[in-house]
Amino acid sequence: MDLHFGDSKPTDEERAAVDALLGPPESSWEGADRSDADLRWARGGREARDRRDLLLPGLHAINDRIGWISEGALDYLCRRLTVPPAEAYGVATFYAMFSVKPRPATVLHVCTDLACAAAGASELCAGIEARLGLGSGVSVERSPCLGLCERAPAALAIKAGDPVRTAVSAPATVPDAVLAASAPESAPEEPPAALAVPQAGGDGLILLRRVGVVDPASLDDYRAHGGYTALRRAFELGPAGVIREVTDSGLVGRGGAAFPTGRKWQATASQPDHPHYVVCNADESEPGTFKDRVLMEGDPYALVEAMTIAAYAIGAHKGYVYLRGEYPRALHRLEHALAQARARGLLGDDILGQGYAFDIEIRRGAGAYICGEETALFNSIEGYRGEPRSKPPFPVEKGLFGKPTVENNVETLVNVLPVLTMGAPAYAAIGTAKSTGPKLFCVSGSVDRPGIYELPFGATLGELLERAGVREGLRAVLLGGAAGGFVRADELDIPLTFEGTREAGTTLGSGVVMAFDDTVPLPRLLLRIAEFFRDESCGQCVPCRVGTVRQEEALHRIVERTGAAAADDIALLREVGRAMRDASICGLGQTAWNAVESAIDRLGAYE
Amino acid sequence: MTAMPLGVPRRLVEFTIDGQEARVPEGATILDACRAAGKDVPTLCQGDTLTPKNACRVCVVEVEGSRTLVPACSRKAEPGMEVHTGTERARHSRKIVLELLASSVDLSTTPQVADWIKEYEAKPERFGPDAARLDEEPKIDNELYVRDYDKCILCYKCVDACGDQWQNTFAISVAGRGFDARIAVEHDAPLTDSACVYCGNCIEVCPTGALSFKSEFDMRAAGTWDESQQTETTTVCAYCGVGCNLTLHVQDNEIVKVTSPHDNPVTHGNLCIKGRFGYQHVQNRD
Amino acid sequence: MRKRQPKTYTRLTHPLVRDSRDEPFRQATWEEALDRAARGLARNRGAFGMFSCARATNEMNYVAQKFARVVMGTNNVDSCNRTCHAPSVAGLSAAFGSGGGTSSYEEIEHTDVIVMWGSNARFAHPIFFQHVLKGIRNGARMYAVDPRRTSTAEWAEGWLGLNVGTDIPMAHAIGREIIHAGLANEAFIERATSGFEEYRALVEPWTLSLAEKVTGVPAAAMRELAHAYARAERAQLCWTLGITEHHNGTDNVRALINLSLLTGHVGRYGSGLQPLRGQNNVQGGGDMGAIPNRLPGFQDILDPDTRLKFESAWDTVIQPHYGLNLTEMFEAMEEGSLKAVYCIGENPAQSEADSEQAVRRMRQLDFLVVQDIFLTKTAELADVVLPATAGWAETEGTTTNSERRVQRVRRAVTPPGAAREDIDIICELAARLGHEWKYADAEAVWNELRSVSPDHYGMTYERLEQHQGIQWPCPSTDGLEPSFLHGRLWDPDPVGRGRPAPFGIVQHDPPVDLTDEEFPIRLTTGRRLDSYNTGVQSGSFASPLRRGEYIELCPEDAERYGVVVGEEVQVTSRRGSVVAPVWIDTALRPGLAFMTMHFPDEVDTNQLTIEANCPIAGTAEFKASAIRIDKLPVATVVTNVR
Repeated sequence: MDLHFGDSKPTDEERAAVDALLGPPESSWEGADRSDADLRWARGGREARDRRDLLLPGLHAINDRIGWISEGALDYLCRRLTVPPAEAYGVATFYAMFSVKPRPATVLHVCTDLACAAAGASELCAGIEARLGLGSGVSVERSPCLGLCERAPAALAIKAGDPVRTAVSAPATVPDAVLAASAPESAPEEPPAALAVPQAGGDGLILLRRVGVVDPASLDDYRAHGGYTALRRAFELGPAGVIREVTDSGLVGRGGAAFPTGRKWQATASQPDHPHYVVCNADESEPGTFKDRVLMEGDPYALVEAMTIAAYAIGAHKGYVYLRGEYPRALHRLEHALAQARARGLLGDDILGQGYAFDIEIRRGAGAYICGEETALFNSIEGYRGEPRSKPPFPVEKGLFGKPTVENNVETLVNVLPVLTMGAPAYAAIGTAKSTGPKLFCVSGSVDRPGIYELPFGATLGELLERAGVREGLRAVLLGGAAGGFVRADELDIPLTFEGTREAGTTLGSGVVMAFDDTVPLPRLLLRIAEFFRDESCGQCVPCRVGTVRQEEALHRIVERTGAAAADDIALLREVGRAMRDASICGLGQTAWNAVESAIDRLGAYE
Repeated sequence: MTAMPLGVPRRLVEFTIDGQEARVPEGATILDACRAAGKDVPTLCQGDTLTPKNACRVCVVEVEGSRTLVPACSRKAEPGMEVHTGTERARHSRKIVLELLASSVDLSTTPQVADWIKEYEAKPERFGPDAARLDEEPKIDNELYVRDYDKCILCYKCVDACGDQWQNTFAISVAGRGFDARIAVEHDAPLTDSACVYCGNCIEVCPTGALSFKSEFDMRAAGTWDESQQTETTTVCAYCGVGCNLTLHVQDNEIVKVTSPHDNPVTHGNLCIKGRFGYQHVQNRD
Repeated sequence: MRKRQPKTYTRLTHPLVRDSRDEPFRQATWEEALDRAARGLARNRGAFGMFSCARATNEMNYVAQKFARVVMGTNNVDSCNRTCHAPSVAGLSAAFGSGGGTSSYEEIEHTDVIVMWGSNARFAHPIFFQHVLKGIRNGARMYAVDPRRTSTAEWAEGWLGLNVGTDIPMAHAIGREIIHAGLANEAFIERATSGFEEYRALVEPWTLSLAEKVTGVPAAAMRELAHAYARAERAQLCWTLGITEHHNGTDNVRALINLSLLTGHVGRYGSGLQPLRGQNNVQGGGDMGAIPNRLPGFQDILDPDTRLKFESAWDTVIQPHYGLNLTEMFEAMEEGSLKAVYCIGENPAQSEADSEQAVRRMRQLDFLVVQDIFLTKTAELADVVLPATAGWAETEGTTTNSERRVQRVRRAVTPPGAAREDIDIICELAARLGHEWKYADAEAVWNELRSVSPDHYGMTYERLEQHQGIQWPCPSTDGLEPSFLHGRLWDPDPVGRGRPAPFGIVQHDPPVDLTDEEFPIRLTTGRRLDSYNTGVQSGSFASPLRRGEYIELCPEDAERYGVVVGEEVQVTSRRGSVVAPVWIDTALRPGLAFMTMHFPDEVDTNQLTIEANCPIAGTAEFKASAIRIDKLPVATVVTNVR
């Protein structure tokens, strides 16, 4: 491609960061010094243009090393990958974790989202900012949910360099967070993932049974606790048999949409177009959700095994884990697990000696809630802006790289293991007729024991909150996160099933259960939700791009108003919300009004 | 080996629009069918030479069985589909989309939009005087064309025309996110520091006048732009042997703008800098 | 620091005359100017040449050649196609009997391999290149053969940066590789071509390793291209002036055509040969007979039946021999056998190679009448200057593009002052010279052409409008022919196949202007995106891309000569010398420099180029001069005024 580059040159450090990812440039046309051979023959074309999907890893490489992405660095990356600089700029500016303007090497992300806000995030933030002002070498950025809700309030420090260093401070105090930001390498180790699982080690757990029990770094320990029996079973069943088991188990997607997993697999497997891909959606960004992080940190091999089974069933030889950029520990655990699995032949050309080839690549997100939308996630992996595609065509037909793709979230995939080890009938016997199997719930907020809970489908909201030790003065519970809905404190008998929540006029979503007591100012909370959606709207379609702004403006106007004084704006919100729900391209815009609407209708906010 | 291309006959899809039978070739969109049936569905981001982006959502219609409304411009007709173009639900969304756009963007040079605002009884002012707007100043960084992003509805058409659908120059992209997203060259540089080759193919597809010829921009500023006084004559460019068709827009015997017919087999509506802007020599009359 | 501002030209609004060449022009009435022009031409009957215009309409070219043949009784009519694509016409007609490109733009979107040889279409033919890009997006692999790594080449699977003027060795080596790899299309060769054995023997010495030595391109690169082209089910071979502007341009064209014959990549949808024309109506000018060897409809003058047809249609006698081409006419000026020229819309004083020589020759003419929209450098040499209309915006008519598509040109603006349409002016002159032609309008001219040219017969103005142009041949008013030519070569019936296409037996002949110690740098020329030819038209709009004329060098050479961007240097060839500022371009390599013809008023590049002409087509070797670069004693840096 005849790309145009400016005069900016990369620093040696920037060049090294890119070369460490891509290897040294092969010709002067790619950025090496000019050689005689370059002046007579240049390769390019299709091969050069086909490396677009390395753009996001390349941006990470620069951002990790330098802390921001300069013109020279971006140009060099573009030259290496044959990507137009304008497009790369469009991609880089899409993600909240990247900066195209100079900033300090260390960024401290302080969560100001729902659970953390309720736990005093704004005071924390103010305290940190007072300590880490200009010249401190730390840039303090207010962040959407970091997925550390069980330890709210939370902060994540990222210090660019080689290697990049990260430190989590949660529950954060001002001194702890400042220490994490100033010297992430010497910050105290995070507590083990099992601390997020109050039931850890208890009997009867299925999905969480290994969390806190096995060494998450050890493949042998995983195998000693039943690991890889499901894959062996899968090879016995054959691909069609696996799909039949998954279908018969009644397993449905745990990401929020509750689509039958077996049907998705069957539809993908039967596509004549190849290759097929399996993609694990680990971009867990719904405020209040942290179950996938805990699974990946506490039992990473389970995900590797489950993806291998999914791939085998649908005839894929390549899988991607799209992992939230804010999950450094999950990244390390998973990277280690993949390396171990490869070393033991559990990934690679000949898995378990069965002649079946499969491998997994991790792609990191970079701070964009929208990339949890399945097609936005594909665009993000492919090196484009993480904007959702219009459906149809659906991913099972045209997904990643335009090929048939199964995309499941972490929890869904991990459920496949018990489906195969227990057998579909036994699995289906758990839960209710329509919602089978175990379910993970992310409980946070006004409870004594926040964390991940595993319960069979059908337990009531009250039972769950009781386990978590709900505190006095419960005012409302947010189910499903920012895209979910509020229920009242007197609705705790709602059964936690897909059909039960639907009947109750609310949603289970991804399993968020966030409890708020009567000290939390509801209008502020709703405003925070609106801010979240305004920040996270990709901007592609008008109802969402402008609608989320108008929603936030209206909620801002009525933050101190009630009754008749709020009525006009509430009417306006309803009209805009209806169009957002009806006419937005993707789930983000379609659900951005849900929580606010439920607060108005169910909780009587602004009355 | 075939000496002649084999035309593949297309199957027909039968469905209904507002209760009437419709029949279109496989692959046709609901919008294609609506237009063939003489139904008026408003569109902004749809372009006849571009793959639908369905970003503006002003063309949404109701399809039975669909949870949400669907964009007529991009949804392909399916057998047995029951489409309703004028339901209260569809009209409500169109109205809101028009209100959201008109309250944030300068639509003064967007053709037809004033009529739609009237038709759908849209009231953009109801978001109040403090409703956020784009608030962009026109970017005048070269003598050929102006980028007035205060008028930009972010339809992506210019990006698609500059990018892989036609020009493959990739001078512009959408940068940023959400309401802050803007069309920009890399590093928000002026156009003159970008990959832009001034083909003007972005102007050709811009639905709102956010992109315009400098000549048009200046005449509008001076109050002399008058489309009723303009003639449009299609001729052939003289700058090389490719034979691009040019439509010369002439006011007072001066060429004020050059476009190309979108259905032309040579250009498909695209031109290069010489064809688009290289007319001045003809009117160096004194 | 010296500032540069491009020269802009103002429209001619009145006829200009003068009594002698050392006087300034004065405005005249049309009567006076036409009378003077008629007298000047009349006294030089038998020593007359017509420079017709590759940028004017088909109708004007038809009338102009008719003027030469009927009014002046000569076949000395030609146009600037001579300076660019005459070798394509000569080569294609030698192989296939017809001088047009064989494919259509749309076909390149549906082909498998595209070879762009000596063509920077991304700059010179941007909208054609959009069709190429569609092809690439549809999965086609593109290869670029060009000494420079141009914007076009940056899109290629492989760019082959050959030495200037070594196209034949590369083509022959590719041909040999195709044969040796067993990839030749034997069925096609057997049925539709002639001279294969001779061709095989011709290319046999051109091993890839020999070609590597001569062209400078690695054998593996040529092998890859050979295999890609031969193995493709469909392939398009496109070229531009990099092939034709050589002293052996027609041979170059033949060498490329050979590859299509070898592989059967011609005469089928998606497979063909596509020379890209530089002017809007180079194709049409030739089709209309504004060339010395063909009558309208590309019909051979030497064919008695054809002559008879035209003689009866025009009520005249047509000279039964070829006339002089543009190059030969310039030589005849030197000899004194050509004394009067009617030059319409051309600017040979700046567009000819070795422009100083061209100007000197035109000064020797007894009479020069120039018809143009500007007072060009050529017009400044004239006795009479007639103000014309801009063909593309101020007249009605048609032009024919590179894919043989005849399209309507329409009048959109009123011409300035007393400027008149070309056809009117020619008819006025014809009347003064005893031929009263009555054409009601351009369509009447077109209908006369249709009546004598079977290939155009089916193209009424009404149909041209309806179909947005029609490609020739179009012999019938009822139907349309396929979009490609020479489908006959695939006809199973030998009668239907017609004359087999002969392989061209052409030898390598290096550029005439050799590089040596004194002139160590190879200068090649080309176009920029926003400019056109001598810049008379394109200089008038405010292009943000324009930076004026530079001598472009590779970074290594710039360092060797110790020069920086913008620094003026002396550029000298064996013919002339100019001062030009330096630009640095990584697309070049040591020993290779690049200039354009776009700013002759700033830097007259054609003072450097060599008038070494293709003996068949008469095109000069603009693409290969030997030059030297000298630093100026006092460094001057140039900036542009935008």
